[in-house]
Amino acid sequence: MLLAEGLRHAFGRVVALDEVSFRLVPGQTLAIFGPNGAGKTTLLKVLAGLIRPQGGWAAVDGGARAIGWIDHQSHLYGHLTVRENLLFWATLYGVAAVERGPRADALLGRLGLSERAGQPVWSLSRGLVQRAAIARALVHDPAVLLLDEPFTGLDLAAAAELRALLAELRGGGRVLVLATHNVDEGVELATHVAFQRRGRFVELAPRGARAAGEIAQAYRRAMTDG
Amino acid sequence: MAELLLAAWVVARKDLVLEFRTRTAVLSAAVFTALVLTVFNFGRDPTAVPALLLAPSILWVTFTFAGMLGLNRAFQLELENAALEGLLVSPLSRVSLYWGKLLANLVFVAVVEAVGLPLFVLFFDVPLGRVLLPLIGVIALATVGFVTVGTLFSAMVARTRFAELMLPVLLLPFLIPPLVFAVLATARLLAARPLSESVAYLKLLAAYDIVFLVVATLLFRYTVDE
Repeated sequence: MLLAEGLRHAFGRVVALDEVSFRLVPGQTLAIFGPNGAGKTTLLKVLAGLIRPQGGWAAVDGGARAIGWIDHQSHLYGHLTVRENLLFWATLYGVAAVERGPRADALLGRLGLSERAGQPVWSLSRGLVQRAAIARALVHDPAVLLLDEPFTGLDLAAAAELRALLAELRGGGRVLVLATHNVDEGVELATHVAFQRRGRFVELAPRGARAAGEIAQAYRRAMTDG
Repeated sequence: MAELLLAAWVVARKDLVLEFRTRTAVLSAAVFTALVLTVFNFGRDPTAVPALLLAPSILWVTFTFAGMLGLNRAFQLELENAALEGLLVSPLSRVSLYWGKLLANLVFVAVVEAVGLPLFVLFFDVPLGRVLLPLIGVIALATVGFVTVGTLFSAMVARTRFAELMLPVLLLPFLIPPLVFAVLATARLLAARPLSESVAYLKLLAAYDIVFLVVATLLFRYTVDE
């Protein structure tokens, strides 16, 4: 479970989070849409424990070990091979020694990276690096996945693959929080939708039966009102 | 404690593997050491000042600046692909991260010193026979102090502009005590004075190491957390 209560944070005079609260249980996905500078990344960083909020609190069942983090940076070491990277992160997350290898190999297979496992990360294309980054985030089998603009830099096929993978993960009972400025991305995955503007959730509601087009219209209204 | 040390070793091993693969910093530092010793050797008038009088200062100036090349690299390599952010999201404790970096830096500086010491003996014709072991003790104690403080400052400046310039400016004032103790102890050892004359400096170096290891371990988290 993921809980956020009254989160507030500002960088000088710029308000990044303004009384943000929500609660997600396993199987739920919150898609947060907002323009650049709305505070989406700050919110994810607070949830991940990277930023201590100036007000409010956030809690994840299982603490840092339960969190997987994907953004437009790979967090991989260029001069380690893809497999070495996965083993390194698995070790840091406390995955048992006997499970590390099989789990890394299974993820590499699932993400179509088996043939690249022995290659250093610097030699991979952007799309392959993003796949490796996803494998890195999943290597400890996190219960909560935080995704900050994960589709950035992916071509159409890779983005579709990522959406399929995320749908599979949600089906596995994980909590997903996806932040993006593009309403077309990830809206199909969402069970809940939030529109963030100047740090505040101007709307937070279950997606229900709303189609992507309706959500896009509601988002445009929310961003222009007031 | 065992868990902290194990995690620190995982970080240190990763850093050493990366350095072994690229060899950029260690080679630069070794070449720098050789060049500085060469310049000092040929750039002085041996009839004006005996080599033995200059040798201790030259040895420590060389080790200090060569070591800084490695310290600069310690956190720079975490900025590639924002790996540092991944480390901070993970359950890795800040203490383990600091100790891991410290350990890798100690190995790095030790390698550079292992290259520099024979060159120093060769160029300055210093009689090391009977004082080799005590001198290694002085080098080890001074290096621990230098790297302990240097690793902390390296983390502090890593995300600033002009990090490579900032590190020596901030670090050198803190290195004055251990460098003075190391130079004085080295001078006495090379002059074949009784070991008892150097013991006080060895104690001061050990005290400096303990104090700054504790202080740096406690302060480290404030250098990396947002």
